[in-house]
Amino acid sequence: MSEPMTASEDDQPLLIAEGLSKNYGRLAACRDVSFSLYPGEVLAIVGESGSGKSTLLQLLSAQLAPSAGRVSYRMRDGVLRDLALLGEAERRFLFRTDWGYVHQDPAQGLRMAVSAGANVGERLMAVGWNHYGRIRDTATNWLERVEIDAGRIDDAPKTYSGGMRQRLQIARNLVTEPRLVFMDEPTGGLDVSVQARLLDLMRNLVSELNLAAIVVTHDLAVARLLSHRVMVMKGGRVIETGLTDQVLDDPREPYTQLLVSSILPP
Amino acid sequence: MTAMIEISNAAKTFTMHLQGGVELPVVSNVSFHVEPGECVVLSGPSGAGKSSILKMIFGNYRCDTGRIDIRHQGDVIDLASAEPRQVLSVRRATIGYVSQFLRAVPRVPTLDVVAEPLVVGGTPRAEARERAGALLRRLNIPERLWRLPPSTFSGGEQQRVNIARGFVSDLPILLLDEPTASLDAANRAVVVELIGEKKRRGVAMVAIVHDDEIRHLIADRIVDVTSFAAAA
Repeated sequence: MSEPMTASEDDQPLLIAEGLSKNYGRLAACRDVSFSLYPGEVLAIVGESGSGKSTLLQLLSAQLAPSAGRVSYRMRDGVLRDLALLGEAERRFLFRTDWGYVHQDPAQGLRMAVSAGANVGERLMAVGWNHYGRIRDTATNWLERVEIDAGRIDDAPKTYSGGMRQRLQIARNLVTEPRLVFMDEPTGGLDVSVQARLLDLMRNLVSELNLAAIVVTHDLAVARLLSHRVMVMKGGRVIETGLTDQVLDDPREPYTQLLVSSILPP
Repeated sequence: MTAMIEISNAAKTFTMHLQGGVELPVVSNVSFHVEPGECVVLSGPSGAGKSSILKMIFGNYRCDTGRIDIRHQGDVIDLASAEPRQVLSVRRATIGYVSQFLRAVPRVPTLDVVAEPLVVGGTPRAEARERAGALLRRLNIPERLWRLPPSTFSGGEQQRVNIARGFVSDLPILLLDEPTASLDAANRAVVVELIGEKKRRGVAMVAIVHDDEIRHLIADRIVDVTSFAAAA
C-alpha cells in the first residue's frame, strides 16, 4: 500500500531546503524552514507582510546567506549541490540561465531605457548567443508568447503599461528555458483585469514548459490559480503546508483560517 | 482489492478556531467501496456530509482518521496519507470531480476550459478541443459560445460546461456532486446517458443526486450517509 510511484527524472527534488533560518540581530525573520520542490511543481508561499516570506525567497535564491541551514539545488548534470558552496561561475550560470527571478516591480528586473528586444536578447547573449538575426527572432517569438505586439520590439519598456512590463519581464526570464523561476508578488500593483490576464498567461507557460516555480504572494487567489502546493508563514515560521486546495478549502491552523475567511467573495 | 475506491473508518471534524475552537463533527466511521462500472449514490438530508465525503475522496478535505484507498495506475494509494504530489498524480490520471459550481480561470474560452483535463493528461490540443466540442454539442451549448469564457453564461449553461469538463476525460473514477441540479429535462437525460456510457467503460462513480427519478436511473447501489453521522 502507498508504495512510492514509478521512478522518473521528475521523481528527484530540484531544490531542497533544510532547516533554513535567518536572524537579523535578535529578530528571527525566518525559522527552521524545510521542504523539497520537484520539477514542474509550483509552490506558493503566503502570509502577511512581515511573515518572513520575502526573506525566505531571498534565502532560496541565494541572494541572502542563511544564519543556519542550507539550500541544495540539482544542477543540470543531475548532481545536487549546496548553494553556499557553489563557485562564482556556477552561481552565474544559475542566475543567467537555469533560474528566473520575477520581481514585483518590473523596473527592478528590466532595463527600462533599452528596447524590449534587447531586454530579452540580453539573457541570450549572456549565455553565448551571438547571431543577431536568431536573437531577434527568438525575442520576437517570446514577445508574442507573452502577448506583446511584435511591432513594439524596438520600444523601451518605460513606454509600456504596467501589465506589459510585467509580461516583458516574464519573457526575459523564460527565454533561456530555466527550470526554476522565483516570483515575488508577480501580480502586485496591477489592476484586477490585468492580473487575470497575467495569471492565465503564467499558468499556461508554467505547465507548457514544465517549470518549477516558487511564488511569494499575499493574495490567496493567486496561490489558488497558480500553485500546486502552499506554505503558510507567520512570524518567520511555516505554520501550515499542503496541497493548495486542501489548505484553502480545509484550513487547520487558526491563522490560516483567519487568512481564508478574510477573502472577499467574488 | 478489486474495488476502485475502498474507504475504511474515515472521519472528519472541522475545528473552527475563529469561533472559539468549536468542533464541528461532519462524518465518522465512513466505510464503503465502489467497484469498476458501478455508480454508488450517497443519500441523506442536506448537511449529512455527502459533499464532504466526495471532497475527502478527491483529497480536497483531509481526513482525521481512516483510509481512502484508491486504485491508481496499478497500485493502491491511501489518499488520507498521500503526499501532495501523489494526490495531484491521482487527480491527473485517476479521479475526476464534477463540482456543484464551475470554478474557471477568468478569460479562458469555454472550449479550452472543457479541453483542459485532456491536455493536462497529454492529449494533443487539437484532438482535445475536438472531443470537448463534441461533448459541448451533446450538452446543447451552441457553438457560437465556445470561444467565450463561461463566466458570462447562465447558471444552467455553466453547469453543463462543468459537466462537459468532468466527462471529457477517460479517468477511471468520477465523483459527481449534483450533476443535474440546475438542468432542464432534455439536458438531464443527456447526463443520464453520459453516466450510462461511463459505466459501460468500467468507470467507478460516486454521485450525489437529490432528484429521485435520476437517482433511480443511475444508482447501482445507495449508501445512506446518515449512518456515518458523527456523534456531536
